[in-house]
Amino acid sequence: MTAPVTPTLLYLDNITVSFDGFRALNALSLTVDHAEMRAIIGPNGAGKTTMMDVITGKTRPSEGTALFEGSHDLSALDEAAIAELGIGRKFQTPTVFEMHTVEDNMLLALKNERGPLATLFSRRTTHEKERIDALLERVRLTAHRYRPAGELSHGQKQWLEIGMLLAQEPKLLLIDEPAAGMTDQETADTVDLLRDIAMSKAVIVVEHDMAFVRDLGVKVTCLHEGSVLAQGSLDAVSANERVVEVYLGR
Amino acid sequence: MGAALAALAAPLFKVLLMYCLHHILRALLLLLGMASAALAGPYEEALPKFANDSYADTDAAIGAVASSGNPLAVDVVEALRDGRLLIGSGQVFIRRSSGELINAATGQAWGSPAGELKPVRINNRLRRAIEAALGNLTLLSPDAGRRLEAARAVFRSRDEAVLPTLEKAIAQESQAHVRNALENARAAILLSQLDALPMQRLGAIETLEARGDQDALALLSNLPPDATPEMKAGAGKAVAGIHTRLALWEAVQNVWYGISLGSVLLLAAIGLAITFGTMGVINMAHGEMVMLGAYTTFVVQEIIRAYAPGLFGASLFIALPLAFLVAGAVGVLIERTVIRFLYGRPLETLLATWGISLILQQGVRTIFGPTNREVGTPAWMSGALEVGAMSLTYNRIAIVVFAFSVFAVLLLVLRYTSLGLYVRAVTQNRRMAGSMGIRTNRIDALAFGLGSGVAGIAGVALSQIDNVSPNLGQGYIIDSFMVVVFGGVGNLWGTLVGAMTLGIANKLLEPYAGAVLGKIVLLIAIILFIQRRPRGLFALKGRAVEA
Amino acid sequence: MRTQSFFDRQTTLVLSLLAAVAILVPSMNGLAAPGSALHLSDHLVPLLGKYVCFALLALSVDLIWGFCGILSLGHGAFFALGGYAMGMHLMRQIGPRGVYGDPILPDFMVFLNWKELPWFWHGFDSFPFAVLMVLLVPGALAFVFGWFAFRSRVTGVYLSIITQAMTFALMLAFFRNDMGLGGNNGLTDFKEILGFTVQAGSTRIVLFVLSVLALAGGYLLCRWVVGSTFGKVLVAVRDAESRTRFLGYRVEHYKLVVFTLSAMLAGIAGALYVPQVGIINPSEFAPAGSIEVVIWVAVGGRGTLAGPILGALLVNAGKTWFTAALPEFWLFALGGLFVFVTIFMPRGILGAVGDLWERSSQRFRSGRQPQPVTHAAE
Repeated sequence: MTAPVTPTLLYLDNITVSFDGFRALNALSLTVDHAEMRAIIGPNGAGKTTMMDVITGKTRPSEGTALFEGSHDLSALDEAAIAELGIGRKFQTPTVFEMHTVEDNMLLALKNERGPLATLFSRRTTHEKERIDALLERVRLTAHRYRPAGELSHGQKQWLEIGMLLAQEPKLLLIDEPAAGMTDQETADTVDLLRDIAMSKAVIVVEHDMAFVRDLGVKVTCLHEGSVLAQGSLDAVSANERVVEVYLGR
Repeated sequence: MGAALAALAAPLFKVLLMYCLHHILRALLLLLGMASAALAGPYEEALPKFANDSYADTDAAIGAVASSGNPLAVDVVEALRDGRLLIGSGQVFIRRSSGELINAATGQAWGSPAGELKPVRINNRLRRAIEAALGNLTLLSPDAGRRLEAARAVFRSRDEAVLPTLEKAIAQESQAHVRNALENARAAILLSQLDALPMQRLGAIETLEARGDQDALALLSNLPPDATPEMKAGAGKAVAGIHTRLALWEAVQNVWYGISLGSVLLLAAIGLAITFGTMGVINMAHGEMVMLGAYTTFVVQEIIRAYAPGLFGASLFIALPLAFLVAGAVGVLIERTVIRFLYGRPLETLLATWGISLILQQGVRTIFGPTNREVGTPAWMSGALEVGAMSLTYNRIAIVVFAFSVFAVLLLVLRYTSLGLYVRAVTQNRRMAGSMGIRTNRIDALAFGLGSGVAGIAGVALSQIDNVSPNLGQGYIIDSFMVVVFGGVGNLWGTLVGAMTLGIANKLLEPYAGAVLGKIVLLIAIILFIQRRPRGLFALKGRAVEA
Repeated sequence: MRTQSFFDRQTTLVLSLLAAVAILVPSMNGLAAPGSALHLSDHLVPLLGKYVCFALLALSVDLIWGFCGILSLGHGAFFALGGYAMGMHLMRQIGPRGVYGDPILPDFMVFLNWKELPWFWHGFDSFPFAVLMVLLVPGALAFVFGWFAFRSRVTGVYLSIITQAMTFALMLAFFRNDMGLGGNNGLTDFKEILGFTVQAGSTRIVLFVLSVLALAGGYLLCRWVVGSTFGKVLVAVRDAESRTRFLGYRVEHYKLVVFTLSAMLAGIAGALYVPQVGIINPSEFAPAGSIEVVIWVAVGGRGTLAGPILGALLVNAGKTWFTAALPEFWLFALGGLFVFVTIFMPRGILGAVGDLWERSSQRFRSGRQPQPVTHAAE
């Protein structure tokens, strides 16, 4: 395997993950560039979530190379270190800190020193407050600032989580099924938000909702049985025989 | 050369001469005895000497009675040894172990003797004489068990006077193990006999080396002062050999103890492996289920003692199903009233079941009292099996066999019955199982009942080796959790391997570290192990774990 | 627990109650005439002192369980270690007044025919050193234990079980005479602390007040910790551990810091407990004891800091009453309490009160402020 000539942001090569003989990922290779948005589709069990797990350090690949910015070996780092490198992740089911207020959720996500001593003696600065104000405005949660996150609606939690992602100021965002459980209006707003984000950051979106993917209007990768089945524009991928067979249906 | 031969021959001749003289003398004495027997019988003549209760007379009487050939002789000497030979108004009586009194002279039962009876006194010198006499009397007994016992007695007493009888007995012995014991006895005598032939004494060393136990070791390491360098070298080699062998046996014995302890752990933990392992429920009252099983055994035995003493031998078998039902029913009750409200909240389940364990302990304490209750051991479980240099007690063997049987049955139940299938289904995917029409509530209750019932069965077995008290269960709870966690959750084989590993490791550590320190070392080892492999030896992998 | 206002009110309340106790108890004991209704008899002072130490122990458990989700079933071990450190100092203070009159060796060592003070007993004759050890020994054990446990991500019931094993192993170890800490009997027959007779009424009053101050200090410390961003991370770990990792926090470091801190608080509680009860022995390591601490926390309400204090006082007062009046029913009551609280009152007394407060203050707030603006898309 040769090192990439120009360091792409994310470089996965020949990644294999097996659980008790079952190959969740099978020699998967994928690259994502700076400020690129990529949609990942594929049937259940295609390895979408496992791929996210590998990128964020939750699962170690049994084989293959995973590089970030050309030099950081993701397979050797833990979740916290990868997060600090600038990879943020939003889970399929929205995971926010339900007992904390919306504001505290944002505060925890803000790019800051993450060590115990730093947080123990930290003081809130006006700069932080302004950042939070801006972010809350962007994800439309200003009015809910002091509510416990657990009281938010499903859609609001999704947006809060996206807001938290932004607060981390990552270089790459992994977003798992952002439109799940959203109203049509919320979905449309989410599309706008993501396109906005993708202006400055790389985004990987996993989504089942083909309408949503179409609205995003970006390059699509279809996974099947742990490896890439097809890649290209949505129209090109949808036209692929194999994709139709295993995923879209006739 | 010739001079050397002569020097060697002189003492040899002397020994031979003495040996012959000894025999001639003994033959003469025997003749004399026979002559007098024709008159009043040496037995009847010697007997009154006991009544004098003087050590010298008793000594003489023992010799005379022993050589009399009277069938009562053995009884008299044995009674003397055990303090059951009584004298009163010039007559001698034997008190049988049943309490019955018989006249030593006639062998007739004797109702109530006139006057007070007192036992004939004996001292250590007489004890040796008694052992020797008994050896003599019984070495030629037609009963093989008697002969074996006599041979062992001679081995202990090492009385030179028995040697001729011993030789005779060896010559006519047909059973190998008795002959072996007799030869051992001869070797023990020859080793310490000053006038025995050097060849004989070297042979004795070999025989004792072959025997290879602690007694042989004691004899060989305390050679008589006249031992030749040759003997010393032989004995030294023999001692070393015996030490090696004993060490090996000790290791085997420790492994056996380990398996035995492992079986106890397996019994205690296997019910937990179901409730914790497959259902994810932390049942801190598990130990109390074991305790309930033990108390069920106690109650069953009390009832049997009161109403059907003949059934006592079967009491444990009767207790098994009852203990299963009692503990199982309590388990189902706990599941239905407490645990089902706490699924998915393992820490709360842990606390609530701890509360239940306190209530059960106090309940049993209130009903049965705080002290240990006596649970009897049926006759078939007492005694021990001798294997080489170690003895395996039957109750330990029974527990090992029982633990493995319970394990096998449980494995089959989980693998081949519909309950097992449902339990596994619910374990793997509760919602899916529910939507397929499995009544998950019922399965939870039954699985919990099964785990608790198995704990109850364990209680029956543990009542045989542990104190049956309200605290019985607490002693097992940490160990049981260690076994399940070490072996890996959700895997019965892991529990088996975990229990055996911990049991054997514990017993192998004990000789070096002592019981308490060994246990501490093991606990620390497990704590470190869990941190290396948080899911135990036989861990489930993949998606099932994440859920 | 959720809003700052509840906490601030709570802090004021807790501190003023503790201050009242610290003033009332000594004056009721010293000033009120014996026989009057207000008089507090001498034997009650150390009993109350004991409760206060238990409250501090409960507080330390709440810090890790209530805010970080670490259910330690072995906190009694840290309490006992702190107690032993203090006990060792008190033993050294006995000097030649022991039964055997040895100026250096404690009685039990003379009894065991030891000739020399074991190395780990050196330094305990100095009070500052002993105080340092009260903090360091439990802290070091917690640090080493936590280092292994949290780094390998042992969580939930697994962690609880190995903490049980930890305190069990320590109990076995301390029962050994070879350990050099008095074996079965532990350390007792103390004479003086800092020159004051341990048994004297005035010493006990001072010890009591010190315990209350320690509790107040511990409470403020915990309050500060959970109010900081650090505390918010702890709660985040409790509610969604892996999410916290993906935000870039090293969860194991946080757990390690708070676990060690909590162990030190427990050690302080143990150190204050020992001179008041006059003995420390291996039974303090008993696994069952550590589980009992957890129920104090659960009864009062975990994650509330004030709740565990209340719970420890209530449960222990109940225990004292039961063991005097209805001894055979105590375990029924305690067992029943475990079951009742976990099923019907999972958030404890203060949790329930906090909910009420929350609801009423929300009504209050919504009455004054404009209704929260609903999401535009809704």
